[in-house]
Formats: sequence, structure tokens, C-alpha cells
Amino acid sequence: MAEDKAPETQFLTYFEAVRQALKEEMELDPSVFLMGEDIRYSIFGPTKDLHLEVGEGRVLDTPITESAFVGAAVGAAITGMRPVVEIMFADFMTVCMDQIINQAAKIRFMTGGQVKVPLVIRAPGGMLSSSAAQHSQCMEALFMHIPGLKICVPAGPVDAKGLLKSAIRDDDPVLFFEHKALYFASDEVPLDPRFTVPLGQASVLREGGDVTIFAISGMVSSAVSAANSLARDGISAEVIDPRTLVPLDTDTLLASVRKTGRLVTVEEGCLTGGVGAEITALVTSEAWSDLKGPVIRVAAKDQPVPFSPVLEAACAPNAQTIAAAARECVGKN
Amino acid sequence: MPEFDEELIMRLYKTMYTIRSFEEKVSEQAGMGMIPGFMIHLSVGQEAVAAGVCAALRQDDYIVSTHRGHGHLIAKGASTDRMMAELRGKETGYCRGRGGSMHITSVEVGGLGANGIVGAGLVIAPGAALSARLRGTDQVAVCFFGDGASNQGTFHEGLNLAATWKLPVVFVCENNGYGFSTPQSSHQSIGRISRRAEAYDMPGITVNGDDVLEVYLAASWAVERAREGAGPTLLEAVTRRWLGHYVDDEDDYRSAEEKAEFTLHDPIEQLERRCIEQGLTSTSQLERIRSEVDEEIERACAFAEESEEPSPEDDPGLIFSGGER
Repeated sequence: MAEDKAPETQFLTYFEAVRQALKEEMELDPSVFLMGEDIRYSIFGPTKDLHLEVGEGRVLDTPITESAFVGAAVGAAITGMRPVVEIMFADFMTVCMDQIINQAAKIRFMTGGQVKVPLVIRAPGGMLSSSAAQHSQCMEALFMHIPGLKICVPAGPVDAKGLLKSAIRDDDPVLFFEHKALYFASDEVPLDPRFTVPLGQASVLREGGDVTIFAISGMVSSAVSAANSLARDGISAEVIDPRTLVPLDTDTLLASVRKTGRLVTVEEGCLTGGVGAEITALVTSEAWSDLKGPVIRVAAKDQPVPFSPVLEAACAPNAQTIAAAARECVGKN
Repeated sequence: MPEFDEELIMRLYKTMYTIRSFEEKVSEQAGMGMIPGFMIHLSVGQEAVAAGVCAALRQDDYIVSTHRGHGHLIAKGASTDRMMAELRGKETGYCRGRGGSMHITSVEVGGLGANGIVGAGLVIAPGAALSARLRGTDQVAVCFFGDGASNQGTFHEGLNLAATWKLPVVFVCENNGYGFSTPQSSHQSIGRISRRAEAYDMPGITVNGDDVLEVYLAASWAVERAREGAGPTLLEAVTRRWLGHYVDDEDDYRSAEEKAEFTLHDPIEQLERRCIEQGLTSTSQLERIRSEVDEEIERACAFAEESEEPSPEDDPGLIFSGGER
């Protein structure tokens, strides 16, 4: 009888999926604990009142002191704990750059492998509702340049849950970028506590033969919309979400580009020195002979994110600009 | 003077002399170009702080160190051969030649790392202490830092967090009077850094950092206090950096007169005098310790000399552990 079986999935929002991953991993492993500013209150919801479910001692509200709690997380990680810290807005990672770059990312290498650093830094990034320049930036490209950091960019609730569980179990420092505009996106999320999404495995959201659209984080759903509108014009686009930038699933990306011969990269971060720049360099060096034309990068303008809703919308890519780029790429603009 | 047992005093003496002998050898070899680079910061003259503090710790307690960290690690029990090999950049070094002097680390003795960023350890040590509490152990974390680091944001953030959460940390400020070339009077408006403890509602103590017994007593008090759950202490040890900031430092910002005075406070000689005056030991016994240590350092140099160079092929495997729970 179907109704006797426990449901295999649950309809959850992105923030609820993050919360479920945290709770499951904390129940599974006593060394996992959370730190961050106002996380029991939790602006976006993932950790709201979680201390009531997992215990006061495991969800620690810190002073407003990013350097101290990220530094403390490094100290705890190298001495046997698995801290998951939240930077309230990804932009605030600039306040604790030493702890992330000089300490978390380098300490294993510098000590000749004497320590593991099983640390997760959750950081909501991206534009949402006039948050302006210091609460909107996408920081992932900046950190791709730093060896020693793994980077997750989940674009939906299923990946948010599965990737976060993998990140917590991973023995290396992981930056986990949640996109603020996705927190209320919802989907059927697997309930089996064994469910994870491995780091370094891209997802092909739509298959196609004319052009590859490589999109990350908040831009993935726009890329899928763009692909749907391109289909109506007879252009068949393949949409790839790498899900993690480090490690990067180069095999899936290169296989797609070898098939389509064309590539558009899409991100909400700035154009210059962005994720797309690295992907373009990779593809042009590894699949040059398969490319039928130049790679096109779609990204935010090279400027601080503005406050005005009109200006903010003009700053970021959207389904229309992605579709236009793809048409240009295939020579049908 | 309180009673000190002879074994402790001999241990303190041997530790201080080992640091001195190790660093004098490092200075000599650096001068001969045998040690790569110039980022070598010596603590000659400051040995009493490392020795006195670490003698108050258990093997499983943690220390977080500074760029001037050889002494701390020796005092915590690291072996001088693997340290010397690390300074030479050899595969047998503690960090397999990837860290060098400035990042020297021996986790097996509780040394969580020297650090090239001034003040970085001030926020890492509270994390090690938090970890101990969450794991249900009574380990204590000591954070060494200098007078210069006491102006970094991490000093204030680390002390605030540790005090607010009553973490088992002892913050040990080695006040040698200089942040690189800048005298303390030019880098902060206070003389006694321990006064800053008041702002975080923790005890602040200043001791003569050239008197190893005084350091040991104060550190023991602070360590036990931390272990019992009473929270952190700021312990300032006033000492003197005899040599330049780093091995190639011309050190022309300090006068000859000032430098000549440093040696009058030699922590090793002070302890020697005291031991002999009080009949705790004989000059021949101390001499025996010194020659044993000198031989150990010679063996460490030979070990480092004979050790293999590391291979770049092993570098990629050290960036990530690649493991998972």
C-alpha cells in the first residue's frame, strides 16, 4: 500500500533544505557545530531556533566579530571539530580574509599535511531586493584564485542539501555560497539521510546540441529559462551547472563543448576576472579545435551593485541577456 | 622565593639553553647562507618566556605561536633535529620543508603553528580552547604574541571572544619593546599591555619575562585557572630581543648602549646564578647540561644536512587532504 511507505522526498524551500542538511549532519556527528552572528535568530531562516532541536551548545551566537569566529573555527577544525560557520552576508568575508586565505586555506600545506581543516563557511551572496553594494556581491570568483579552498554554489534546494552534507563531511575547508534570491525557491528534496551530492560533479539540466550554457548559482534558473526560449527559435541549448567550482567537473563541461562547439558562461559576479574568464581560458586551451566561435561571457557589470531597483536590475544578467548571448554565439542574433 | 624542586629548575635551564644553542646555531648557519631565505626571526634573550610558560603546560595542551616561534616549539617538546631540518627546507622537517622557520609546527606536541601574520594566533587559540570544551576535555590553549600584535584587531576580537565565552586560554604577550623597528612608546599609548585585560574583564598580569621562575609561577596560576573553567588571563612578560627583528636586520634603530644593556638581563645567567647561590646545583652540573645540549644541536645539524630535499611532485597532494569523514 503506497500510503504505508514513508515519503521519499519532501517539498522544501532552499533555506529549509540547508536547515535539514545541518540538522541531519549534527545528529550524525557530535563534532559538527555552528557559529555565526545572530544565527539563532537567522535572517534568512536556515538556522532559526535550530539550537532548540540540536542543543544550545551546538549553535553558538557570536559577537559581531568575523575574524574571531572564523579564526576560532580554524582552531577548532585543526583540533578535531567540524565547525560550520555562517558569514551573514558573503560581502563580510572581506573582514576575515586573513582567517580564510592565510590560515584556513594554507595551514594544511604549510604544515606539511599535519592537520586537516574540516571547516565549512556558509555565506549568502548575490543580489536581492536593493541590498546595495556591501550586501550583494558574488565572491566566488575571488576565492577560486586561492589554492586550498573548495567552493560550492548550489542553485536549488536539492543541491543545497546534498552539497552541504558533503561539504560538512569533507576534511578540507569549503566555502558554501548560498544565493539570497534562492532561499524561497522550492523543490522535492530527498529525505534519506544518506543522500548527498558529491563535490566536483556537474549537473546537466537540459541537453542540447547547438550551444553550451555554463551557469552558476542564482543564474542557473535564468539559463534554463533562456534555453526554453531559445528552443522556441529552434536553437538547442545544453545547460550545465557545475555545482562546485573547486573541484570543477571539467570532464562534463569539455564533453559538452566538444559536442556543441559553442559556449556561453553565465554568472552574477562581475565580468573581469570572473568565473567565466577562467572557464573560457580552460575551454580555449583544452577544446580549441572543437570551438566554432568565440566564447561569450555573461556577467554582472564591472561596478559595485547599486541600490535603486532600476539600476540593480540593469546590473545583473537575466534570461533575456543570456538568450541574446546564446543567439549571438550561434550566429542567429 | 617559593620552593621549586630541582628537577623543574634543571628542566627550565635545559629548555632555555636548548633554545639559545639552537638559535645561535641557526644564526650562524643563516649567516653562511645554509638556511633558505631571510624570514628567520630569533628569540635570543627571550627564552624564559617560552620555557616558563610551556613548563606549566601538559603535553596535550595547545600552543599557538608567532613568527618568532622556535623557542615556543622547543619548550613544548619538539625535537631539534626535525626543527633544524625544517629550517633547512628538508623533507624530514616537521612540515616537510613546506613551512620553514616562520610556519614551524608540530601538532604531535601540541604546537598548532608558528604564524607569518602578526596577531593571527589570537583568534585561532580561542578556537582550540573551544574545541577542547566541546570535546569535553580540560585542555588549555596558550597564545603567544608580541607587543606589536597587541594593536591588531585580532587581539581585541580574540580576547573579547575568549572572555565572553570563558574559554580556557592564556594569552601570553611577549613584550620585547619593539614591533620590528618601532618602539612600544611609538606604537601604543600605554606601557603595560596587561592593563588591556581590564577592558575584557579578565585578569591582567605583568611579570619580569627574563625571570623564568616568575614566568613559570604566573603561567601556572593562569593555566590552572583556565583549566578549572574560570576563563582566560592576559599575561604580559616584559623581555628583550637581543638580536634584530630578522637575521638580516641591520638593527640600526637601537643604540649600542641600549643593546649592551640587554645582556645584563640574560635569563639563562640569572637562573645559573640563583641556582648556585642557593646551592641547588653546581657549575659542573650546569656545564654538563650545556655540553649535552650542544651535542644534541650538532646532531640536529647533521641530521638536517644529511636529509633529502623535498620533491615538487608531492606538493599537489598536500593542498587538500582529499579525505572525508
